[in-house]
Parts: sequence; structure tokens; C-alpha cells
Amino acid sequence: MNIHPNYFYSKNDEWVSVEGNKATIGISDYAQDSLSDIVFVEISVSVGDSLAAEDNIGTIESVKAASDIYTPVAGTVSEINNKVVDSPELLNRDPFGEAWLIKLSSDTGFDTSHLMDADAYRKYCEDRG
Amino acid sequence: MDATEKTIFELSATGRKGFRFPSSDVPSSDLPESLQRKDLPLPELSEVDVVRHYTRLSRLNYSLDNGMYPLGSCTMKYNPKICEKAARISAFANLHPLQPIESVQGAVLILYEMQIILQEISGFPACSLTPAAGAQGEFGGVKMIAASLRDRGETQRKIMLIPDSAHGTNPASSVMSGFECLAVRTDERGNIDLNDLTSKCNERLAGIMITNPNTLGLFDENIVEVIRIVHQAGGLVYGDGANMNALLGIVKPAELGFDVMHFNLHKTFATPHGGGGPGAGAICCTEQLKAYLPGPIADILEEATEEVPPLYGYRMPEKSIGMLRSFWGHFGIIVRAYCYCMMLGAEGLRRVAEYATLNANYLMEALKQDYPLPYDRTCMHEFVLDVKWPDAPGIRALDVAKRLMDYKFHPPTNYFPLIVHEALMIEPTETESKETLDDFIKAMKTIAREARENPELLHQAPTETPFGRMDEVKAARDLKIAE
Repeated sequence: MNIHPNYFYSKNDEWVSVEGNKATIGISDYAQDSLSDIVFVEISVSVGDSLAAEDNIGTIESVKAASDIYTPVAGTVSEINNKVVDSPELLNRDPFGEAWLIKLSSDTGFDTSHLMDADAYRKYCEDRG
Repeated sequence: MDATEKTIFELSATGRKGFRFPSSDVPSSDLPESLQRKDLPLPELSEVDVVRHYTRLSRLNYSLDNGMYPLGSCTMKYNPKICEKAARISAFANLHPLQPIESVQGAVLILYEMQIILQEISGFPACSLTPAAGAQGEFGGVKMIAASLRDRGETQRKIMLIPDSAHGTNPASSVMSGFECLAVRTDERGNIDLNDLTSKCNERLAGIMITNPNTLGLFDENIVEVIRIVHQAGGLVYGDGANMNALLGIVKPAELGFDVMHFNLHKTFATPHGGGGPGAGAICCTEQLKAYLPGPIADILEEATEEVPPLYGYRMPEKSIGMLRSFWGHFGIIVRAYCYCMMLGAEGLRRVAEYATLNANYLMEALKQDYPLPYDRTCMHEFVLDVKWPDAPGIRALDVAKRLMDYKFHPPTNYFPLIVHEALMIEPTETESKETLDDFIKAMKTIAREARENPELLHQAPTETPFGRMDEVKAARDLKIAE
């Protein structure tokens, strides 16, 4: 199981990577592995939408289950990764890279104090088996 | 196994007929050209071709009449043939729903008595048989909760709590009835997490939907406390009766404090599922909710006198949420369920629950030596394994399920409940003999060994069926729903 060392993680297995006033959001390697083959990605927010932390941003469907995806941090949607919508299998291949889901911007930066760092998240995943 | 079968269109030969009409002895009446189709590509076959085609197809089917069908949560028990026979008695099969009530007294009496049987089993004072399936019974029951909250003037109560082990139909029924759903966590013993529950009970609480035993096959050890907490917060408690097979004659949901519940006659009372269906999702409820039941309900319209028996008929409850199904529900299914109850009697129905639970525990104890069992305590009518072996990392629940088909068993439910990631949910039901259960155990143990010694066998399975492993990923990614 891969865990990106510089990202923050939610209990729902989303990650967020923060660079100044920009944040990128996706799902973790643990999440894609638990879901197994992902067959459908729907992003239900649009560029310009203002989101609170924990807002629903879309749905991911695998051969096993459908899961709602939430943004771990608040911000305004600045970009959507249509490539992953067209090729859901990218999420299985490169969840921390090419298969990011949305990007947010925020003038006031991002509050990540409620999220786990890589070490805490690794332990959280191991505890769940 | 038979070879694969062509479609009936591929078997068609131009000009071949199964039946020739006699020449007409009445004047012909020509249809206007505008109503005539130029092209109607119906298959053309002889009678024997048709009979052989469908007989061959029926042999490719796997059903309860072929073997064990341990599909967890679905209660695939054997459907006794006498119940089929009863439903086909012409006095039932040829009734018209609109014929005069005096001419169908026997049929209405069966509905009336079936309501009483379900009231006795559930402990509730009222019952409606009309919902056409489990999910519709659930939808109807949640609508009743919504209607009663409206009448109490408590329309701010919008939150329906749903345990994270619940069937997907629970949130669907809630949302369709105008509620917002909030998931409640399961604790490490497989019960509803009381702390999480308490933190979500407030003045916006409409109710909770509980399946007990839950989809892990576990009886919630805190059920009375859960219901007390929800009632104290002003919410109502819905009981999803999907797993009533474990409780028949032993636990009455009304006595636990539930307010309304549905039964799946096609699970608990041995009526056919799916293609052999349809289902029936009878609702039972408390005195406080009975005015909202969907209708019509069978009742005594005129009491008996010394000279004449009572007159049975139908009525709509005063504040009914309405009709969920035309006429009187799935009458033929109710006849089958009634026959089943009459055949077993109260003692027999209790034994159903006892044997269903005994069979599940027998399998669980044997299989937990070879398969991880995430919630290891006495189960009810089913249990959930988690197919995760450190020494067979490439093997998933799906591979075990597919390989079981090679051993002539229907696979168990997989990947449900969602809280067990590699779930195999096994429900043997009471109708399997010890010999069949032992054969199943043997197959499962063999597969566990194969997973380590020859994992490719599992990845390629099934190999003994007319078609091998389907590409489910491609099927889902490249949807082709019409030519």
C-alpha cells in the first residue's frame, strides 16, 4: 500500500495536497485497492462552486460498490480532472498522481488541522486491515 | 454441462411453422394499411424446435431445485411444491379482482387470516399485505412514519438514521419519502455504536431503520437500548424484516419496541424469488400507526349472526398513505405463504428459525478455521467471512465465489455488507441437510487450499460452466445497452 508522504488524509480515504492557495484532492491507494476495479467516476461539482469541508463532490463506482466522495477541505473549485471521468481506470493505476479529482483555490489558505498526516493515516489503514 | 445454446432467432428457418391456423370460415376483414407492419421479424420454428430450445435453456439454469443457494440476505430456502399447487387451484388462480365480494369469500378469508398470522409473528396489532415487494413494503412503512410526523406537526424531523451495515434500499426508501439519511457506525462487536447513535439523536430526528439480526447475521445485543434512545429523542423505529427467518416464533419485533416493519414473504415464507416471483412485502405496525397503513386491508365487514357467517371484504385505513399496488396485492404469493404457515403451524415456524440458525452456526464454526471471520460470535441465520489471506494476497472474495460454481454451488452474496471489504455472506437456510452442508464445507475448504497452492485456478474460475469468467470491468466500463 502506497501513502504519499506529503499529503493529508481524511477518515473517508480522500487525500489533499496543499500548495499555498491551491489544493488538489483525490482518493488514496488504500481506497482504490478496497474498491477494486473502478468503472465509473462522476464529479458533481463545477468550476466556481464554493465548497465547505465534507461537502459531497461526486461518486466513484467499482465492480464492488459505489462510494460518495467528499472534499476534506473548504475552497472554490478551480479545476476538474475530466481525464479521470473519461478513464476511471486511472484511479486504480495512479491515485496520488494523474488521477486527482478536483483542485480548489482559497484566498485564506486551507485548514488541514482535522486531517491525518501520512504517519497517522498509515496507522489508520493498518488498523482496518 | 450442456454446450451453449443459440438464441431462438438464430434457430429460426424461413417458412417453418409450429402451428397452422384452419382456413377461415368467416368473412375476412382487412386492417387498414396504416396499421399493418411491413416487417415483423418473429422467429419461425416448429413446435419441437421450440420445446427443445427452452428445455435446453432450462438445464443451463441453476435454481433451488438443483442445489444449495447460500445467497446471504436473500433467504433462498426451498419453495415447497404444495404451496405452488395451492396457488394454482383454479378457485384461486381464475379469480377476477372485480368479481362480487360474496363470490370470493374464501379468498378474502385467506388474506384476513394471513394478516392475523403476521400480526401474531410480529406482535403488532395491524397488517397490510398489499406492498408488491420488500423494498415497496419498506417504502410504504417509511411513508407511514412521514405521514404520522406530519400529523404531529413535527415536520422539522427530517433525519433518518441508517446503520452502515444496512441494505441499500433503506436510504433509497428514506430519500424517496423526503428524509435525509445519516449513517450510524457499527461497533467492534457488530452492534449499532451507541455513542455514535446518541450523538445523532436530536430534535431533527425522524427515526431509524434497523435490520435485526443485521446484515452481519448478528442479533444486536443493545437493541432495546437503541430503540429506547431513538424513542426518547422523539424518533420512530422502522424494522427491516429481511432477516425475520432467524426470529420466527422466538422474538416479536413489537415487543422489542419497533413501531413499524415489513416482512418479505418471498424470503421468510418460502414464496419464489425473482423470475419465479413476484415478491410481497407485508407491513405490520403499532396501534398509533395503523391508520396510515397502505390498503386495502381485508376485514370483517358484517359480523356473523346465528344464521349467516361473517362477510369478509376490504377497507382503506382512515389516513392511509394510499394504494401501493392495484387491487389486493400479489394474491397468488399470499396463498403460497398462507399454505406454508398452515403446513408448518406455530411449532414448525419456530423450528424454521432454530434450524436456520443452527445450520448457519454449523457452517461458520467449520469455515472460520480456514477463512477470516471479522465478527466472531454466535451468529443468527447467516454470517460474513472476509476473504483476506496474507499467504494468498491475490485472492479476493469474488474468486472464491466464482470457484464455488465449479463445485456446483451457487455463490454466496459477495461484497455486502460494505463494512466488510472482501465479504462473503453465507446463509444456508433451514432447508439444507447436514450432508449438503458438509459438501459445501468440503468445497470451501478445498478452495481455501487451492488459493494457496494454485491461485490461477481461482482467478480463472468458473471453468466448468458454459461460459467462463465474465469481464465485469469491461461490461461496466463499456456499457452497451442497445444495438
